[in-house]
Parts: sequence; structure tokens; C-alpha cells
Amino acid sequence: MMEILGQLTDGIWLALLPVNLMLIIIGVTLGLFIGAMPGLGSVNGVAILLPITFLVPPASAIIFLAAIYYGAMYGGAISSITLGIPGASTAVATTFDGRPLALQGKARLALVTAALASFIGGTVANLLFTGFAPLLASVALSFGPPEIFALMLLAFATFVGLGGDDIPKTIFSICIGLVLAAVGFDEISGEPRLIFGDISGFMHGINFLVLAIGVYGIGEMLWTIDSTRGKITSTETKMTVKGTIEDAKYGMKHSWKGTTIGSFLGFFVGILPAAGATPGSLMAYGVAKLTSKNPEKFGKGHPEGVAAPEAANNSASTGSMLPMLTLGIPGSPTTAILLGGMVIWGLTPGPRLFIDQPEFVWGLIGSFYVSNFFALVVNLSFIPLFIAMLRMPFTILASMIFVLSVVGGYAATRDMHDVWLMLGFGFAAYILRKLDFPLAPAVLAIVLGPIAEPTLRQSLLLSSGDPAIFFNRPIAGPITVVAIILILLPLFKFFWFKYRGVKEVA
Amino acid sequence: MRLAEIITTCVLALFSIYLMWKSTELEIGYVSDEGPGGGAWPFWLSAIMLICTGFIIKNSITRKSVPSQASEPLLDSYGKKMLLTVGGGILGFVALIDIISMYGAMFVFLFYYLKILGQHTWKLSLTISIVTPIVFFFFFEALMRITLPKGMPFLEPLFNFLNTIIY
Repeated sequence: MMEILGQLTDGIWLALLPVNLMLIIIGVTLGLFIGAMPGLGSVNGVAILLPITFLVPPASAIIFLAAIYYGAMYGGAISSITLGIPGASTAVATTFDGRPLALQGKARLALVTAALASFIGGTVANLLFTGFAPLLASVALSFGPPEIFALMLLAFATFVGLGGDDIPKTIFSICIGLVLAAVGFDEISGEPRLIFGDISGFMHGINFLVLAIGVYGIGEMLWTIDSTRGKITSTETKMTVKGTIEDAKYGMKHSWKGTTIGSFLGFFVGILPAAGATPGSLMAYGVAKLTSKNPEKFGKGHPEGVAAPEAANNSASTGSMLPMLTLGIPGSPTTAILLGGMVIWGLTPGPRLFIDQPEFVWGLIGSFYVSNFFALVVNLSFIPLFIAMLRMPFTILASMIFVLSVVGGYAATRDMHDVWLMLGFGFAAYILRKLDFPLAPAVLAIVLGPIAEPTLRQSLLLSSGDPAIFFNRPIAGPITVVAIILILLPLFKFFWFKYRGVKEVA
Repeated sequence: MRLAEIITTCVLALFSIYLMWKSTELEIGYVSDEGPGGGAWPFWLSAIMLICTGFIIKNSITRKSVPSQASEPLLDSYGKKMLLTVGGGILGFVALIDIISMYGAMFVFLFYYLKILGQHTWKLSLTISIVTPIVFFFFFEALMRITLPKGMPFLEPLFNFLNTIIY
């Protein structure tokens, strides 16, 4: 243990070298803006800036990329909160409560809570990483398809059991999200699937951002203009140091539980191969709601609903580095690109990396600590700018949101087909929103669909079609049972009230 | 709004049936040694959707859902006007992209929204609608190396000139 601490201290000093520190600050700031731009996420930032890093030594290069990665994780929350459009897939869950808070004139509270939760999530993940890297990698590898599918089921179940929304509409919303995620090619047989009207644009599937931006950027905006009759008056408070500190205190007091859940759950989901920060943040949101004393406050502007996913996505982004470094298996698209970079730099990821290249590994981990701190500082210092954006007249803000939505819808896949599709989703979302259909579950489902379907099919293949596989395995079993109880919860409630009602009358 | 809810849900029910039918293009049963076929997942999910629409219609008829208790129509006169001006504006924006490029369409849309819908001053409307596309151009084309649609060929000389600034 002392040896690890010594190496870690060396790593932090390495990250604090002037050249590396400068790379961290540039990386974090760039990442913040790339993350805040709808349609662009850490993947884009890391992929685009990867070639630049060949100019500096490998240790500095990966420090720079890690800083972009961190910055983007913080940045995603900004557009989720201020504009209501998720800046990146990892920030989808942040819109659920971040946007309502901003509409109530509490954008500063939401942004500060998000920044602090992100920082705590990142720190917890770094500590876990430092202490348990090799051990956790082996536990995560024991998660097979049945366990991962059980986790997905749990994520959907939290929406059904605790939604407080119309149950058939919630289930409908989840299913349509999952079906939309199935469009494209069937991964197992390789056959084209659900290609509506033989339009070639459906061949590459429906990117979740097309749905998310359509729902939040177009549909939700139309609904907001309609329901407020276009007269939105922003009551946003001025940006003062005292107010920010008060918000920080209030935010932490009311969201420590969500932050804790997000930090630990996010880290573990991040480690799982093929999961990563997006499912991590969605599940953290679900579990925070599940364990909350006031689940009905979620979705209406509860700081906990901002803190849980934000803590989780930062935690997961560190977590997803773990299998990459220790086993050579990337946990997310971004780490897949980082892995590619490492190979180009002449490093071989895998168990030997910790022994052969300790300077690189601990330099990277040291840079996680330093990047996380600077990401918090840079983010907090930009909050006044984001708040000022909200004080603009609504017609300016709205037109900007529409422009960002259209550009974001295009940038995600670079196909005009998807822009039209996004527009279609937007108008449909507006009508469905008016008819009280919850749309967040559909967005959740299209994100988790590509994980849920293959794991279900692989599990059933393992068991030759016997669904008992989800119940009789030590980890999958309990998770599945909890998920089923949650799905049936509304039914229990219904009969309970009916029974009580009968008794009271009698 | 009750009628609107019932009609919309019927459309969704038909859509579910269409999805079920479309899913049968692939195997929907269990294929031995291959697991469930490629159509099984969307087929059964669409089936659940169809069942849900049944419950939604039932709740609407018995006036248990929120919209079925509301007396106002789905779209009142304000809603219709908003959908026409704002929704139509976005539709026009997207339609213009292939003709006058993403940046040109952005200019037209912003100017329309700010000057005509927002009734801002000429100075403000023009400044925002000219500066925004320029900022987007340099952010996407130069910094991110993502090319956005450039419209029809007649705009080529303009973009060739702008590209000489970047490269």
C-alpha cells in the first residue's frame, strides 16, 4: 500500500509539471465546451484531438486526453441544465431535474450542485481506482450477460414502479424507445431490421441523440412556448459569491445521498465492459429515486436528481479506464479511442502495464486527481457566463436552442436524414407531451436498448431458452427479483387501496 | 383533449401493429443454437405497446387519465399559431439547409425568429444572425474538423474562400 502511495505521489507531481499542468487546463476548458455542445461528447473531443497528442510524450498525451474527458463530463451538465438539451449522452439524466430547476430560477443551484457532485464522484472514483484497481477488474469480469441484463431491467423498473406517471403510458414509452433502438442491423444474424419504407438512412440505426434532441430540443421547447404562452420571465438571481456558497451548502445538504449513490454505482457500472458513463448515470438516477424518501419530487426539480447522475458520470468515466488499463478491454467508446492511442504510443495495455510502465500508469492516475480538481475550478468560474445566457430574452434563447438542436442532430451522425427524423420526433414529442405521455423513459430506453437486447439474447442462448437463468445466478437473481417487485409495485398499491377502501366503507 | 387522446392512442396502436408486422421479416421465435431470432425483441416489445394502448384508451374512456379530464382542446388558437410560426420556422430552416447550406439557413432562421417573431431591433437581429453562423463555421470546420452541409454548388466559391482562411 505504501508503495502505491509513493507511486501516486510521483504521479501527481508529474501531472503538476508546468507543461502537463498547462495541458490539463487547456484540455479541461476545451472539454467543457465540447461537452456542452449538443451532439458532441467526450468521444468527439478525444477522437479529434488524439493526433495532436503525438507531438508530446505519451504520459503528457494521455494526461491531456484525460483532462478533455473530465472536462466533457462536467460540460454535458451545462446544456442539460441551462438549455434543457443533453450536451452529451452522459448528461441525459441530468436534464430530468436540472431543467425544471432552471425553469424555477434555480439554475445556479443546479449548476453548482452538478459541479460539486461531479467533483465528489470523480474523487471517490479516483480513490477506489487507486486502492482496488486489479481486484475490481476481476469482479467486473464475473458479470456475464444475465447480470448486465438484470441491471438494465432494474433501470427500467425504477421508472415504472416509482414514476408516479400514468403506468401504461410509461411502459409504452419504454417499449417504443427499445424498439427504436432495434432499428438498423440485427447484431447477431447481421440482417437488416425495421428499415421503414426501405429508406437507407435507417440502415445505420437511430442514434439516441436524434431522439434525445428531438424530444428535449424541439418537443419540450414547443411545449414550453405553448404552455407559457411565450411569456417566459426568467427570475434568475444575480451571480454573487455569497449566493454561490449558499447554493453549494444547500445543494450538498439536499443531495449528499444521491451523490454517494452516484459515486459508487457509477464507478462500478463504468467498469463493466460495454456499459460506461451513460447507463451509469441513468441507473444512478433511478436508484437515487428508488431509495429517496420523496421519490415524487424527482423530475420536478430535486437537487438529488442532478447530483446522482452527475456524480455517476464522472465516477464512471474513471471507472471505465480501469478495465482498459488492467485488462486492455475498453469500458466505453471514449476509452476505446484512448486504447487506440496507447497502442500508437507503443504501450501495451493489460496486466503487465502496471509492472512495465509504472511511471505512465501512476502519472495517469495522478492526472485524474489533478484534472478533476481543475475541472471543478474551471467549471465554477464559467458558471456566471452560463447564468448570463439564461437572462437573455426568451426569443433569443429559444432561437439559439433550435439552431443548436438542428446542428447537434446533424453533427451526431452527419446525415440529413437524421435531422428530418429529429424534427419528426420533436413534433411527435410535443403532441405526446401534451397528452401526458412521459418521454424520459423512451430516451432512457433508446440508450440502454443496445445493451439490453444482446445481453438478453446471449443469456437465453446460454440457458437454451430457459428464463430461469435470470433467477438462479447469485448476482443476477436478487437484482431480477427487486426489478420485478418494482414493476409490480403499482399493482400492489392499487389492490391495497382498493382493499382499504372496501374496509373503510364497511 | 379526451378525443385527441383517444385518436392519438389509436394511431399509436396502429403503429404498434405495423411494428409487429415489420418485425416478422426476421425470425421471431427461438432458433435452436442461435437463441431468440432477430425479430423476437422488437416483436414482443411492440406487442406490449399494443396492450398498453388498450389500457390507455380504456383509461381515457372512463375519464381516469389527466388529459381526458381536461376540457380545452389539444391545440387552442394560440397553440395552432405557435405551431405554425415556430414549428413552421424550424421546418423551413431544415428544408433550406440543402439549398443555401447550414450556415445560410441558420442566418435566415435566426433573422426570421428574432426580427419577425421576437420583434427585436434591426441591429440586434442582424448582429446575432450574422455572428452566430460565423462562430459555428469556425468552431465546426476549423476546430472540430466536422463539415456541415454546404448547400447547392452556387455557394462553392464562397466556401472555397472561407476554407483558405482555415487551412
